[in-house]
Amino acid sequence: MSGTLDRIRPVVKKELRQIRRDPRTLVLLLAIPAFLLIMYGYALNFDVKHIKLVLCDQDQSRTSREFAGIFLGTEYFDLVGTIQDAAALDTLIDRGEARAGLVLPRGFGNDIAAGRSPAVQVLLDGSDPTTGATAIGYINTIALTYSVRVVTGRLDRLGISGTGLPIDLRPRVWYNPELRSVRFLIPGLMAFILMTVVVVSTAFSVVREKERGTMEQILVSPLRPLDLVAGKTIPYIFISIVSIHAVLFVAAFLFDVTIKGSYLWLLAVMLLFLIGGLGLGILISTIARSQQVAFMMAILLTMLPTFILSGFVFPIRNMPAAIQAVTYLVPARYFLSALRAILLKGAGLGAFWDQLVGLLGFAALMIAASAIRLRRGEG
Amino acid sequence: MAEPTIDVRDLTKMFGPFTAVDRVSFTVGRGEIFGFLGANGAGKSTTIRMLCGLLSPTSGTARVGGCDIRTEPEGVKRRIGYMSQKFSLYDDLTVEENIAFFGGVYGLTRDRIGRRMSRVLDMAGLKGREHSLARELAAGWKQRLALGCAILHEPEIVFLDEPTGGVDPVMRRRFWELINGLSEGGVTVFVTTHYLDEAEYCNTIRLIHDGRIIAGGSPRELKTSVFGHAVFAVEADNVIEALEAFQSEPDVLETSIFGVTLHISLKDARDGEPRLRRMLAGRGLRARRIARIMPSLEDVFIHKVEEERKKGARP
Repeated sequence: MSGTLDRIRPVVKKELRQIRRDPRTLVLLLAIPAFLLIMYGYALNFDVKHIKLVLCDQDQSRTSREFAGIFLGTEYFDLVGTIQDAAALDTLIDRGEARAGLVLPRGFGNDIAAGRSPAVQVLLDGSDPTTGATAIGYINTIALTYSVRVVTGRLDRLGISGTGLPIDLRPRVWYNPELRSVRFLIPGLMAFILMTVVVVSTAFSVVREKERGTMEQILVSPLRPLDLVAGKTIPYIFISIVSIHAVLFVAAFLFDVTIKGSYLWLLAVMLLFLIGGLGLGILISTIARSQQVAFMMAILLTMLPTFILSGFVFPIRNMPAAIQAVTYLVPARYFLSALRAILLKGAGLGAFWDQLVGLLGFAALMIAASAIRLRRGEG
Repeated sequence: MAEPTIDVRDLTKMFGPFTAVDRVSFTVGRGEIFGFLGANGAGKSTTIRMLCGLLSPTSGTARVGGCDIRTEPEGVKRRIGYMSQKFSLYDDLTVEENIAFFGGVYGLTRDRIGRRMSRVLDMAGLKGREHSLARELAAGWKQRLALGCAILHEPEIVFLDEPTGGVDPVMRRRFWELINGLSEGGVTVFVTTHYLDEAEYCNTIRLIHDGRIIAGGSPRELKTSVFGHAVFAVEADNVIEALEAFQSEPDVLETSIFGVTLHISLKDARDGEPRLRRMLAGRGLRARRIARIMPSLEDVFIHKVEEERKKGARP
């Protein structure tokens, strides 16, 4: 075994020297992931809060003010104006000054008191469907809660007491009590960033050797392709591990996402994910002939799948079956599940061993494929 | 003669329907400088790449340093050094670091790398520039460093694929002195080039054209092989018209232009000069100078390629 180490050592040494000579790349590898996490962590916020609301209270009764007060009492809606003429709402929404309008018709209070159902009009700007859908959800809930209160009040007055609701729903959200999407996003961002950086940097490093002809020089030497892959990979694994810690640090101090579970398992999962990514990078480099092609391939094979097919942004269970099948080829899928389990839930090995197997399989596949491609050469 | 260091038999390489190397056979003895000559795309690099184990042959066999290139590629790798036309070095490593890396790749011990390092630095004239980055070196020095890296592990055989491309004539000459030195030390040198003047430095030459070897021997043998014909250098006032005049004559075998001089080969040498003058006079042209010359390798090459073309046209 010492033979293998002896053969790998010069390659590792050479890579480290080259990385040191190129401090820009090193800084990029170390700082970009943490920096991206800060950027995305603040920008990619799926929580919908502070929706700009315009109120058109044509009733001006105690009841109408009470109902409107519920809306304004939550942090979901901010009152940006009150108007008398409902027609003016259109312009406000058109201009983007308001995203939602609430119209309480004349006679709203009296209707409720008389047991009729007054029609409450809500206008929503649907140009951003996520915000629109979430806002409708909030409004529905508020209206429903209010209606229930009115109905139970009536029943009470009719002397029918003890009329609690048939179901007393008391939801408690685990792992992410405030349902903050940042918590959910951070593992995804870590996967996304690590995968992209690692694949791009390794793909470049081998293609560069091909462009310069040094690859050929190595292929005529007794050095075996697998030794070369290992020697090139090891330094980048170390750098990536340092980079991961920068990401974890940012996650903990800026976004309050600390490691709930075992740090060692977290490290193990990351290492497996990284090895798979490095293998993919080297595989790309054996196919691509120029650095531009390598870059394109790396972006196509890492950025998009990690973003779309990993469950990072879109839940996998909502995808069509064929697409779901494809997600099994995306290592970020396993990584993400395992990371969420360890980071957010503090779960033990039992909860994510299958993800570990998936990552292991991907890494083995990539290393084997790139070793075969390297052995054959390109000609 | 002892067993040849390189023994190639019917080596063939096809790329799809295209035959890049067509049943090439030759042997190279120990310590020989063997020149493989041909135009770009003639199959020189493909042959050298097969012998170094970078490409596998479609058919045929070859033994390099006693090892079969198909069955013992690892043995071949330990016995050979290889240098390509790109001078494959790491631009962002220093001279010393490049040498240390290639030494490590060949499994040399630290002591041996140290000893070889100073030898190679001496040979390449890079003493005092150990800490320069390879990218800062001029082409000639890069070339010698690349050669140094290729022979670091003291191989029996060195393959040099177009080693003098892009290097100025003075440096090219110095480089050939290094190659001579290697050969004197018993190293077999296999070199490809398309500079025909460089072929004069070789002990043995093979001309390759369209994947096939069309002639071979020492430079002298090659030149005398076409001695049956006489080659004349003709300087005429109007080179192009003179060329056309000669081409229409049945006695003229071959014509070629070297700058302002024409090389004309005739079937027999008798009365060469007056005959050539008469041919020109028929067109109202006048020669400034006509002299019989020893054919250059270029003449030989053109002659052989011409012969091949005629052979190809006949069947």
